[in-house]
Amino acid sequence: MKITLNGKPFETQENSVFKLRKSLGFTENKTVTIKNGFALSEDSLIKDGDNVFFIEKDVLPDRDSLDVMMKARLTPGVYEKIKNAKVAVAGLGGLGSSIAEALARTGVGHLHLIDFDTVEPSNLNRQRYRICHLGMAKSEATALQIKEYNPFIKVKAEQVRITAENAAEIFAADDIICEAFDSPEAKAEMINTILEKCPHKKIVAASGMAGLESSNTIVTKRITKNFYLCGDGVSAAEEGRGLMAPRVDICAGHQANMVLRLITGCDEP
Amino acid sequence: MEMIKITLSGEEKDIPSGTSILALTEILGLKKERIAAELNGEIIPKASYESTILSDGDSLEIVNFVGGG
Repeated sequence: MKITLNGKPFETQENSVFKLRKSLGFTENKTVTIKNGFALSEDSLIKDGDNVFFIEKDVLPDRDSLDVMMKARLTPGVYEKIKNAKVAVAGLGGLGSSIAEALARTGVGHLHLIDFDTVEPSNLNRQRYRICHLGMAKSEATALQIKEYNPFIKVKAEQVRITAENAAEIFAADDIICEAFDSPEAKAEMINTILEKCPHKKIVAASGMAGLESSNTIVTKRITKNFYLCGDGVSAAEEGRGLMAPRVDICAGHQANMVLRLITGCDEP
Repeated sequence: MEMIKITLSGEEKDIPSGTSILALTEILGLKKERIAAELNGEIIPKASYESTILSDGDSLEIVNFVGGG
C-alpha cells in the first residue's frame, strides 16, 4: 500500500498501523501514533493514501521534523488553506492575545499583531502574558510567545495605534481582521473605516463579554456580508462588572473559530 | 405625525417620516461615536448620518459597541 509516513511517500505490506509501527522498531509506549490527523489509542487498518505519523516522545526534534510533526496534528485537507491565510489581530488584550494564540496553535501561517500598548500588571488576570513580559510591547510579547509553541508562523508585530487615517494602510496585506479593542469608540472607528474603505475584507469583531453572565449568551452573528460580531452585545466592562478570563476567552474562542471557518470556506456564523 | 415602517436590526419599527439616522440614534439613546450603521446593506459613513433620511421599507442595522476586550 502506498501511504505517507512522517510526511514522505512510503510503501508497506503491513495492513495495520500498529503492525507497521512494530515493524519499523518504534516502541509502543514511547511513540505517539497519528493517522489522518487523529492520535490512535487502538489499532486501525491501513488503506492507500493514509497519512501516518510515528512521533517519538521525550525527544526534541530538529526544526524540519518539528514542522512535519506539527502538521501531523492538523486536520488533513484544511492545512494548506490555514497555512496560507493572512489574519490581523487588532488589539492584543484579553481577546486579542487569546485569539492570536488559538490561531497560531492551529497553524494560521501569517499573523499580523497590532497593539499600541505595553504589558502591565493589571493585564495578568486575563491576558496571555507573564511577569517576564511586563513593560514589553504587547505585539512583541505575543510574537515571542508564539515562537515558543509554533516557530513556523510568519508574524508581523507592530506597536501602533490604529485610527481612521492609518487603518486601510495597516491592513493592506490582511484578508481577515479581528477587532479586539477595549474601547467602544475605538471598535466603532476601526470597523466603520474598514467597512467604508476596504469593503472586501472580512471583519470578526467583539462586543459584550464582561462579567459573570451565562457563557451561553455569547454568540457569533453575521451582521452584513463581511462583518461578523461575537459577544452578548450588552455586557460592557464598567464599574462593578469587570472583565473575567473565562468569558473573555469564550468570546475570543468565538472569534478565532469564525476566522478558521472563513479561512476554510464557510461563511455561516 | 406621519409614520413610516422600517426594519431595525431585524425588527419592525415605526418612526416619524423624515427621521435621519442621526435623529434615530438620539431616539434610541445611542452615542454615534460607538455605533456602525448599515442601510440596505451599505455602510453609512458617520458624516452622512445627519443627511441620510430613512424611507418606508428601509432595512437598517445599527451595531452598538460596548467596552471590553
